[in-house]
Amino acid sequence: MDISKFTSKKFLLSAGFALAILIFLASFPIYSSNSEVGVLTTILMYVILTVSWVMFSGSTGYMSLAVAGFFGLGMYAAAFLYPRTGPLLPLPVVVIVGGLVSLVFGLIIGLVTLRLKGMYFAIFTFGFSVLLYYLFLFYELQIRGVRGLRLTSITNQTAYYIVVVVLVLTLLAAYLIRRSRFGLALQSIGENEDAAAHMGVNTTTMKVISFAISAFFIGATGAALAPKWQYVDFTVAFNMLYSFMPVLMAIFGGMRELYGPVIGAAIFAYAERALRLRFPYQYMLSFGIALILIIIYLPGA
Amino acid sequence: MPILEGKGVTKYFGGLAAVSKVDFHVDQGEIVGLIGPNGAGKTTLFNLISAALPLTSGEIKFKGQKLNGLKPHQICRMGIARTFQQTKVFPNMPVFQNALVGAFFGSQNRMTAGDASRVASEALEFVGLSAMSAAPARDLTLVNQKRVELARALATKPELLLLDELMAGLNPAEVSEAMELVKKIRDRGITIFIVEHVMKAIMGICERIMVLHHGEKIAEGTCNEIACDKKVIEIYLGEETRAGS
Repeated sequence: MDISKFTSKKFLLSAGFALAILIFLASFPIYSSNSEVGVLTTILMYVILTVSWVMFSGSTGYMSLAVAGFFGLGMYAAAFLYPRTGPLLPLPVVVIVGGLVSLVFGLIIGLVTLRLKGMYFAIFTFGFSVLLYYLFLFYELQIRGVRGLRLTSITNQTAYYIVVVVLVLTLLAAYLIRRSRFGLALQSIGENEDAAAHMGVNTTTMKVISFAISAFFIGATGAALAPKWQYVDFTVAFNMLYSFMPVLMAIFGGMRELYGPVIGAAIFAYAERALRLRFPYQYMLSFGIALILIIIYLPGA
Repeated sequence: MPILEGKGVTKYFGGLAAVSKVDFHVDQGEIVGLIGPNGAGKTTLFNLISAALPLTSGEIKFKGQKLNGLKPHQICRMGIARTFQQTKVFPNMPVFQNALVGAFFGSQNRMTAGDASRVASEALEFVGLSAMSAAPARDLTLVNQKRVELARALATKPELLLLDELMAGLNPAEVSEAMELVKKIRDRGITIFIVEHVMKAIMGICERIMVLHHGEKIAEGTCNEIACDKKVIEIYLGEETRAGS
């Protein structure tokens, strides 16, 4: 790679911009109230979920609805390792384990299902999330007999900083993948999978690895947020909204550039919250209309 | 010595034999043509060689090594590249990136980023697309999209190139250019197996021709032998071609 890329005006500008945002994020809790920190945490959570989703689905064109499943696995991992009775492992380790659990499931699901194409893959991943919901429902109501798990609580600030770290790592991973030969392979799969295979791209391996990497960040986010919410059960963990929201946010922001899904998710998550507080009953309606207008008039955002 | 060899190559789609017990060989450095009416099984045979489809029975060997059971990307890395009848460029990627995919993933040895981009730009220069390397492939004309496919295939550093109707849809001037290009590729030491309906092109560049009909090989020989073969004329060429040739 030639050096001019790193010294070009555009690169310096975006690097400076990224640094400014990072300083803002790092200092935010100092001059903000506890609840504002909570709001920003939720927004950043959606940014991570969306960027992770785009990492796999945006480039390969395979629509995954497994986000809720991976997110819930991360939450349950935290619930088992960071229980009310006292943490078994330090929090950062719990977050990494939450990510790894999702990664392993991502590898398995990927190997089983990535031979499926288009609609069938979307349906299978949807089924995966729903299956986990019912498995944990069965486990809690039939085997354990008590619904939900309690966790050792952490402050909003702690959760916030962990989420910021996960976010930075997610963005870094997404950025590096985009620029690497791995990213080129994923893109060629999304463009024309047959041609990619005949040009020597090992399509199955590439898809499975990127699916698992994306699962890792989603699971880590679930594990980071579970102690903040202090309670996990199957409805909290495997909420299908977590699968659908990243798709909407990515479409809203556009997927061609890395900042598209970031901006899309941030605006979308903030707008959702603002509208819900002001118009608790009409907000979904106005939201739906806004979304339709955006898709019609700004395709690709 | 044959670089590619097929024995009893057979493919059934349900009860229909698309390719039936075909024996064939392609020698090192040859340009071999494959002709036949629509639905004769020409593209299916290419799909069997490049592993887009699994064989029903028979075997295909490349440089003495059996290809049965391999995946398309493995076939490509062994040194067999192909183009497609319906062009399959990566539409939203720049032309250069199209060729880069071939260079990065298709060659037998792993390349550094610098080597790969050098190979990709060489391939684009060879097919005459250097000026368009930054344009998205979807914006190119049909003939240039076919060139993109050719550059992408060449960037994989193949020993054998399968060309599936490279000249279909091209005007006479473009056909002549494409013929020159195919000869130039062979002069680089790459063996070529080509499916084509444009008889002028086939007769002009091939050393040997195979004719398929209903999945079976009905004739094989030099251009003259094929042009005079009664069965081939009856099934495929028609009387006019003989009168003209």
